[in-house]
Amino acid sequence: MTDPVLSVRNLSVTFNANGRRVHAVRGVSYDVQRGEFLGIVGESGSGKSVSSLAVMGLLPSSATVEGEILFNGRSLLDLNDRELSGIRGRGISMIFQDPLSALTPVYTVGQQIVEALRLHDRALSQQAAEKRSIELLKIVGIPHPERRAKSFPHEFSGGMRQRAMIAISIANDPQLIIADEPTTALDVTIQAQILEVLQSAKDLTGAAVVLITHDLGVVAGNADDVAVMYAGRIVEKAPVLDLFRRPVMPYTIGLLRSMPNMASAASERLVPLEGRPPILTVVPTGCPFAPRCPAAIAECLDGEPPLELVKNGAGVPDPTRAVACIRHEEIEDGTLARDEIFPRPEPVPVELRAPQKRETVLELRDMQRHFPLTRGAVFKRRVGTVRAVDGVSLQLEAGQTLGLVGESGCGKTTTIMEILELAGAQQGTISVNGIDTATLNRTDRRALRRDIQVVFQDPMASLDPRMTVEDIIGEPLTVHDVKPAEIRRKVAEILQLVGLEPSFAGRYAHEFSGGQRQRIGIARALIVEPKILVLDEPVSALDVSVQAGVINLLEDLKDRLGLSYLFVAHDLAVIRHIADRVAVMYLGRIVESGDADLIFSDPRHPYTRALLSAVPVPDPEIERSRSRILLAGDLPSPTEEITGCNFRTRCPLYAMLPEAQRVRCETDDPAQRPVAGRDVACHWAEVSEQLVA
Amino acid sequence: MSLLNPELVESSEHVEGAHQTDAVNSRLAQIWRRLRSTPRFWVGAIALLLICLWALFGLALYPWSATDQDGLAFSQGPSASHWFGTNGIGQDLYAQTIIGLQKSLLVGLIVGPAAALIAGFVGAISGYVGGVWDRVIVWFIDLLLVLPSFYILVLLSPTFKNASIVALILFLALFGWMVLARVVRGQTMSLREREYVKAARYMGVGGLTIVRRHIIPNVASLLIIDATLGVGAAILSETALSFFGFGIQPPDVSLGTLLSAGSSAAVTRPWLFVFPSAVLILTVLATSLIGDALRDAVDPTSGATRD
Repeated sequence: MTDPVLSVRNLSVTFNANGRRVHAVRGVSYDVQRGEFLGIVGESGSGKSVSSLAVMGLLPSSATVEGEILFNGRSLLDLNDRELSGIRGRGISMIFQDPLSALTPVYTVGQQIVEALRLHDRALSQQAAEKRSIELLKIVGIPHPERRAKSFPHEFSGGMRQRAMIAISIANDPQLIIADEPTTALDVTIQAQILEVLQSAKDLTGAAVVLITHDLGVVAGNADDVAVMYAGRIVEKAPVLDLFRRPVMPYTIGLLRSMPNMASAASERLVPLEGRPPILTVVPTGCPFAPRCPAAIAECLDGEPPLELVKNGAGVPDPTRAVACIRHEEIEDGTLARDEIFPRPEPVPVELRAPQKRETVLELRDMQRHFPLTRGAVFKRRVGTVRAVDGVSLQLEAGQTLGLVGESGCGKTTTIMEILELAGAQQGTISVNGIDTATLNRTDRRALRRDIQVVFQDPMASLDPRMTVEDIIGEPLTVHDVKPAEIRRKVAEILQLVGLEPSFAGRYAHEFSGGQRQRIGIARALIVEPKILVLDEPVSALDVSVQAGVINLLEDLKDRLGLSYLFVAHDLAVIRHIADRVAVMYLGRIVESGDADLIFSDPRHPYTRALLSAVPVPDPEIERSRSRILLAGDLPSPTEEITGCNFRTRCPLYAMLPEAQRVRCETDDPAQRPVAGRDVACHWAEVSEQLVA
Repeated sequence: MSLLNPELVESSEHVEGAHQTDAVNSRLAQIWRRLRSTPRFWVGAIALLLICLWALFGLALYPWSATDQDGLAFSQGPSASHWFGTNGIGQDLYAQTIIGLQKSLLVGLIVGPAAALIAGFVGAISGYVGGVWDRVIVWFIDLLLVLPSFYILVLLSPTFKNASIVALILFLALFGWMVLARVVRGQTMSLREREYVKAARYMGVGGLTIVRRHIIPNVASLLIIDATLGVGAAILSETALSFFGFGIQPPDVSLGTLLSAGSSAAVTRPWLFVFPSAVLILTVLATSLIGDALRDAVDPTSGATRD
């Protein structure tokens, strides 16, 4: 084995703030070999980002870094900032999560690449650097690189910006690229593109890559080795296949089982990891995961378990696999079965389920929402139209979950906001409980609000920070003239229903963790006993382990109370898990809708196919064997006039069709029509199998 | 990143620390409980109370009144018979300070909060309702801002020459809210897009209730700071007005008139300046302490670590 490019030894990072010490990273060691792809996985606050910022020397001065970081045998911690600057960008480069804040808004993208090039190579002339920057933009797949090099970052879409970031990071042929959640802010189809670019950048430069992420799916398809971090330490490290097939640390096992999986059956319940990560102000005396670990025994609390090599069947330590768990031998040899550590929770027993009625509780027919695009300060003139929602028809049956899926900007949020206004639609009709909302007067509308409630995405932003939990949850009742004593009683009741202590009522929202806050949001929606719950990305802001608990809660509540959900999400794995029916939205239209199992197993619209193939699956074998349908470019702006089918600008099927058949896509706007048991808006849905998924 | 924020870590410890709070609590009771536990509040409140009591009863057993002239003591320093000394025409400064304090407290304690209150409601309504109303209100605010309020007050002064101090208070409040109202309006416009405001709208909560329940408390820290700062500012602007012959006129005195009279003698006869200004500083300090504590009590996320 050659010398590693990066060798981190016993790294500790401690933050000192107002006399409080936060032990963010405690004794992390890992090696990255030349050309290796290492994935570091962990929940928020596990120290995964801090440990890589330490490598780059980018930590604030309040941080104390101890241990050893060797880059090509040279200790980085002994260097001063100036010497480090010589290595940053040239030897090690970094890709950040948010490409908008990582690029300077006042310089063109080309100038920023030129700057990166000339900073480390003084001999390079301006012209040569410009030429090289255009080449780099071409490598990362930016169309018209000559023109695009002169654009400013705000003229780029999120995906293009991240491509530009990758171009900057590979500009000086670095030996190591650190990518900190590079795709978290992006849509799945764009995420697939970026990961592909990252892989090809790695192959091209031969650099080692450290990918930091919270998404096990992203790791499964790309990384060679994976390190799982928890409470500031690496708790398990193994080659990717072993980690997914034979995880040893209970935390890893729990994480894997808590993830909704596109490839597995939807009926399987998720396994939530109860509790929350420990607070890092105190150095744990036992295993930090023990309080959440169902397999914890008394010995787990005596001292933190060291990271040890896992012994294989013959008792020989396997140098590639390490774990920090005192019971790892039992788990490895099977005496402690992995399935038994985290039993799947039981579904709601049949006798507790609410009876099902067959009725349509929510119906949209050809709903439209256009916004005028105006210019001019004094005399506003209309210069265009934003077709946010352009003829959407949906039906939600009682007791069912309808998943509304689409990339950001496709109009799904506008759709639900229009529904929740309960004031009719610009065009078309919205009926709730069979009542056309356009016909409602004020009092009727207020009464109808009892039947339809909403849970928002961000559990922090959707709870008023100035109100106590009791006031927040009780607020919907104040509208309907309920007495304070009655409200108090109901709040206590509903808190229990969503799995919180009734004694929490007097606290403020900021005292709770993300998952608990989302439960408060759900409690607020449920207190008026609605029939329909509109869920706007209810779990996308939560950590995976917490997400499972909230999804299970939503499923249980649906069964117990006979609720109907309109579930909006961009995460297809979650939708697959929870939805009975699915509607896929693209540029303000529904392109495919029908039974969830049918669509997920056999998608017909080319967009649905591409979307499904882009979702990373937390299973390295499946992930490596399947091929992706990559969509070209980004979502067009809803102001653009596209004749015919509005997906054809990115459609992989359209690109494959013979000229004669293309004409139909260009001139004829496809309406929804039944194909193989579902509705599809595509002229060539029958032949879309040509796209190998 | 929560890791780097010790406040968050601390607050999560509170949850673990299982302090049982009574579920039966209205918001006001909550604020009061938080207020009660802040020492700053008690220092400020007791100081302000003492100042008020002093202003009311400070002259009860004192032989001199504010208008009496002692022919035997011109420009005397502090002594047993004239505690704060006398001015050039033999008037007792202690008595004048007490009378001045009464006037200034009245002006300051009403004008500061009143202006903040007007600003809060106008700004919040303008920002929340939006549309035509917003444009009209902003236009009106801008108009008031462009017209130099001081000039108008001076122009109007002959008409109100004999009007009571109430008129002065009213005018000071009416011309002191515009800047803050614009700030509040901006805040409200961003708050309006918050999810909890949207959530309230989709529950069917009325517009005015939303402004009262969600918008005002969330801009409250701004309003409270301005209200307490406004106390000092109002006292000072009353000074300036009095100087121009509007507001408090001799033989009546306020802290402002005392200060302007004494400032020229600050070096030669320091007692004329030092005592009134010390009283003014104490008053403003006490209100600021109360305001600071109140802000922290209203905003549950602002911890003691902030200052």
